[in-house]
Amino acid sequence: MSSNYYIPDQSKFPILMSASMFTMLFGFAFVLNSIKGDSLSHISVVAAVLGLLAICSITFLWLRTVVVENIEGHTSAQLQKSFYIGMGWFIFSEVCFFAAFFGSLFYVRVLAVPWLGGEGDRGSSNLLWECFNAAWPLIQTPDPEQFPPMKNEVVDPWGIPFINTLLLVSSSFFIHWAEGAMHKGERQKMILWLVATLAFGFTFLAFQAYEYHHAWTELLLRLHSGIYGSTFYLLTGFHGMHVTLGAIMVSVVFLRTLSGHFSKENEFGFMAASWYWHFVDVVWIGLFIFVYVM
Amino acid sequence: MGEHHGPAKGITRWLYSTNHKDIGTLYLWLSLIMFFMGGVYAMCIRLELLQPGIQYFDPSLYNQFITLHGLIMVFGAVMPAFVGLANWMIPMMIGAPDMALPRMNNWSFWILPFAFSMLSLTTLMPGGGPNFGWTFYAPLSTTFAPPSTTFFIFAVHMMGASSIMGAINIIVTILNLRAPGMTLMKMPLFVWTWLITAFLLIAAMPILAGAVTMMLFDIHFGTSFFSAAGGGDPVLFQHVFWFFGHPEVYIIILPAFGVVSQIFPTFSRKPLFGYVSMVYATAAIAILSFIVWAHHMFLVGMPFVGEAFFMYATMLIAIPTGVKVFNWMTTMFKGAITFETPMLFAIGFLVLFTCGGFTGLMLAIGPADFQYHDSYFVVAHFHYVLVPGAIFSAMGATYYWLPKWTGNMYNETLGKVHFWLSFVSINVLFFPQHFLGLAGMPRRIPDYALAFADFNFLSSIGGFVYGASQLIFVYVVIQCIRGGTGKVSEKPWDGAVGLEWTLSSPPPYHSFSTPPDPKLIPDLH
Amino acid sequence: MNLFQNRSLSLPGFFLLLLLSPVTAFADMAMNMPVGVSTISREIYGLHMYILYIVCAIGVVVYGGILYTIIKYRKSNGQEPAHFTHSLKVELLWTAIPTVILIAIAIPATDTLRKIYDSSESDLDIMITGYQWKWKYEYVGEGVSFFSNLKTPLEQTEMGSTIEKNEAYLREVDNPLVIPSDKKVRFLITANDVIHAWWVPDFGVKKDAIPGFINETWVKVEKPGHYTGACAELCGRNHGYMPIEVIVKTPEDYQAWLDSKKQSNQKQAAAAQEAAKKEWTLEDLVAHGEEVYETNCAACHQGNGEGIPGVFPALKGSKIVTQDKKAHINIVLGGKNNMPSFKAMLNDVDIAAVITFERNSWGNNTGEMVSPADIAASK
Ligand code: HEA
Ligand code: HEA
Ligand code: CUA
Ligand SMILES: [Cu+2]
Repeated sequence: MSSNYYIPDQSKFPILMSASMFTMLFGFAFVLNSIKGDSLSHISVVAAVLGLLAICSITFLWLRTVVVENIEGHTSAQLQKSFYIGMGWFIFSEVCFFAAFFGSLFYVRVLAVPWLGGEGDRGSSNLLWECFNAAWPLIQTPDPEQFPPMKNEVVDPWGIPFINTLLLVSSSFFIHWAEGAMHKGERQKMILWLVATLAFGFTFLAFQAYEYHHAWTELLLRLHSGIYGSTFYLLTGFHGMHVTLGAIMVSVVFLRTLSGHFSKENEFGFMAASWYWHFVDVVWIGLFIFVYVM
Repeated sequence: MGEHHGPAKGITRWLYSTNHKDIGTLYLWLSLIMFFMGGVYAMCIRLELLQPGIQYFDPSLYNQFITLHGLIMVFGAVMPAFVGLANWMIPMMIGAPDMALPRMNNWSFWILPFAFSMLSLTTLMPGGGPNFGWTFYAPLSTTFAPPSTTFFIFAVHMMGASSIMGAINIIVTILNLRAPGMTLMKMPLFVWTWLITAFLLIAAMPILAGAVTMMLFDIHFGTSFFSAAGGGDPVLFQHVFWFFGHPEVYIIILPAFGVVSQIFPTFSRKPLFGYVSMVYATAAIAILSFIVWAHHMFLVGMPFVGEAFFMYATMLIAIPTGVKVFNWMTTMFKGAITFETPMLFAIGFLVLFTCGGFTGLMLAIGPADFQYHDSYFVVAHFHYVLVPGAIFSAMGATYYWLPKWTGNMYNETLGKVHFWLSFVSINVLFFPQHFLGLAGMPRRIPDYALAFADFNFLSSIGGFVYGASQLIFVYVVIQCIRGGTGKVSEKPWDGAVGLEWTLSSPPPYHSFSTPPDPKLIPDLH
Repeated sequence: MNLFQNRSLSLPGFFLLLLLSPVTAFADMAMNMPVGVSTISREIYGLHMYILYIVCAIGVVVYGGILYTIIKYRKSNGQEPAHFTHSLKVELLWTAIPTVILIAIAIPATDTLRKIYDSSESDLDIMITGYQWKWKYEYVGEGVSFFSNLKTPLEQTEMGSTIEKNEAYLREVDNPLVIPSDKKVRFLITANDVIHAWWVPDFGVKKDAIPGFINETWVKVEKPGHYTGACAELCGRNHGYMPIEVIVKTPEDYQAWLDSKKQSNQKQAAAAQEAAKKEWTLEDLVAHGEEVYETNCAACHQGNGEGIPGVFPALKGSKIVTQDKKAHINIVLGGKNNMPSFKAMLNDVDIAAVITFERNSWGNNTGEMVSPADIAASK
């Protein structure tokens, strides 16, 4: 068993990856600080961009190495199992990341905003914000000068968000069927379902982009529109980023399928993308319910 | 491939490593360096507090010292120390060739030096480094923070990424790479505590990432998570932070529990008492740790039910922890005890950690915490659990396994001197802080009223002695690596059991290239 | 007693003292929680001692057990190790006993907690607002409010000061809070900038002051007296320099104080108006401005006007302070970034004086004078 567990040779990727992360974030931090008035030096922009490019290239090379090792037959069943367990826990950590934002949403909705509006245990806080009434979605903020209100109109959950829900949920089924096709060795069907998954995924992103535009320009819902805008954009924004990442993963899987990489015995790359896709789907359902509908 | 059976030559051995022992060594050295760095800040703190008045450091500098001291000790010294130990010992203890994902292992490590560079560089920036305490409460850390906070946030993101990957690796290794015959309930307790700690890490670190991300948006993009003017709440930050922060303190202490659970049986020459209850107690502590966070926030004005709930939940943790304490005592009971340095540190741990636990229980009593909170009583509590708790345990572990790692015996006399100096001075350092807190001295102040002068002076003296004693430790470690007091066999401690003692000292570069004979796996209960 | 204050004390001498310490040095030092002067503080103290005794008792058992074991069962005594590994009976026992102990602690704790939370039916409400780094006290419905600043002079607190300090060091304020005894006083606690915490140990009162929210707590002090406390939440550079002083008077004395406070407030307002009309000389303004500066500005911009690089801007040599008078007045009146607006905190004379002082100190030799009328005109 463990006697043939594959221990890779020395690798330059990890340290280069760490250095690139450092470069990117260091540059990016300077760029961010320039928003508040520090002067922006071009070197920091260059560092941020170079760092990002380096991260992308190293990720590509690193994953390619893993694929090549796989093709060379180093990926024993036990190693695959390591990958599976690892991926599972990685997704769990992502769930926890979203939990922080969902938790914040619940806290402000159930506790903080009502307190500010004069209800409950800390209701006397309303003395400081006498014109403020608690409501959700929070249109009028306690201090409208600092956090200018949005229009008195919210995104209709049964419009685009509902369509988006249908898109993501069905794409989750598509990738599941692609998996079934892979197990049966029906490559054509698998490719078809993957194309469908991707098509729906990208349509979702396009709708989401359209809706952001609408909310930002027409509803005047901004990041600085108070806590409603804050939670709305951070939750949907991070979700959108994860869908993008998932779509990239599925795209890679799609290309690899075209090159005939996956089989019943050797399917980790596919399964990882598939799990991830289901995960962003589940998060969306949470978003749909708690951000849009309720 | 694993064809090369020795390490690569030169510096690349360390830079590009995929070997669990080399990466473990890197972690351990990083941890030692960070301990000294955090220690230098601590010495500056104690120097300033030696006497009333401002002698050396401006208050704004002092605030940076406490912040960096706390952050570096927690994230730089203690956590890497135990990850280093995990890297070294877990594959050897469960009969695996290496960690499950060796390249990711190296990545987890190398992020850290970069993250700490980022953190340290903030001190050179205009406005200085982070000065809002290691708990960085908003809005002091958002609206009122120095510009370097952006860098601080990214440093925390990087540390988080490192911890999550490290934890995933450890879980995968334990779940998937155990040798045939090594069932879960035969795993050494150190492995068990790490399995549970890794779970805590994966659940808690993303929450911290979420907290600093919200900070980032509040600072730069006008969101109002932590600002009442926009409908948010500064207290929300504390809830999110402590939802991470409390599990974090058990992330620190659980591996320490694991270490002493290895040491006590060895030097008592008697199996660990209550192996199964130890496992369950560890799991119980981990689960409870997610429902007690607001005991750090008794004063923020929580509703009565919240206050009472968090008080009861916190008190419950004393029960599984008590089980552990009594099990360790009973492990020694009717044994044949010898007092080598690792055992001394383990006993020191038992005595002083329990003392810190007692004050923890006092803090858990909501109404009483109305007086204790943010006073030196809290500082005394957490140093008792962190320094003679986590640090003693990490140092005990080093003495315990150093002969295994290097093949040489360390200098026992110096080790004992190190222990006794540490044991005495740590009490001189931190015990008087209980009195200071009860008498009304708030924490995080660089200057104080005259009534607090005597105990502060005493505490500082203890601090200097404790700090200086740690130089002995460094000397002993280096001397041991260079040959120590002579070669040792594969099992330098006659009472030791476990797979790691079946390997040569120092062990081969790849631990178990072929799985060990299942008959070698001891039954622990 | 401050035995260790003496810098010339040698180290050996110190350790000798340490040995004797239990009987000498520490005999009269505060080392336990104060019993305090309110029902709540007494209850908390009782609870504290109760838990303390419990953990001490457990400590005796645990430490006694450890000591006995490591003395009796050492290998050098010729002990042979036993081989038992577990015993359900004792393990259940030491799960059950702590549970019982915890319940015995939780019951009185809950009781006290409930009392602390009952801030209803107060006789008097006081709104406390934390500022970086001072407290504002507002007697709700009485029209009386004032700021309370650290009174210890800068020469004592600044770096390297060798001036002899006294017991009031860092415990004295210019305007202490005054409350009546035997009355239920409710505090409405909030903050203006960052989180602070209002703590008076003798009252058993500590509560976070959170910007944008109001927390309630209360006290009923049993006997008149003079009590001190401090800010207990890290709130920036001068967190250590925002003490609390409370003077508790009998209800009659309190009423008298409140009345005179109201009168003197009126008088002060009248005097301020008078002063605003008066012809000020540059010297007078600078002299008055220096006082105002020390109390209100020095915490950030420092006594020497150099600020703290990157955190608090220097006034010495600053463009605004040496050139653009209009901008200078506007910043002081309106605030900027993390600097609060002083419009409502200081009167026209104070503002004019402090601006004049800043424009004529530390080498800022504008020679210019800003009169109270200029301030009134800029408002
Ligand atoms: C290793 C780290 C560690 C550990 C293990 C603990 C353990 C515990 N801690 Fe501590 N704590 C910290 C690190 C740690 N803590 C830190 C860093 C802070 C400050 C953070 C900051 O603000 O900066 C803090 C602060 C802190 C507070 C907040 C105080 C305040 O700010 O006002 C509280 C309050 O409840 C608390 C409680 C406890 C309790 C109940 C335990 C329990 O787990 C202890 C259990 C152990 C025992 C009780 C002893 C053994 C048991 C027996 C022998 C059985 C019988 C005993 C009884 C029945 C009593 N801790
Ligand atoms: C694991 C974590 C850990 C560890 C090991 C320590 C170790 C020490 N801590 Fe720390 N501490 C914290 C975690 C830790 N601390 C945290 C989280 C805080 C809260 C921060 C906050 O409020 O935000 C804190 C806060 C804190 C304070 C309170 C500051 C304040 O509130 O104003 C003090 C004050 O005495 C202190 C002291 C010390 C000392 C003297 C040590 C000593 O044990 C250190 C000993 C080590 C060395 C000294 C280094 C080695 C030796 C040398 C460098 C050689 C040279 C030395 C000499 C010749 C003397 N710590
Ligand atoms: Cu105000 Cu600390
Ligand atoms: Cu805690």
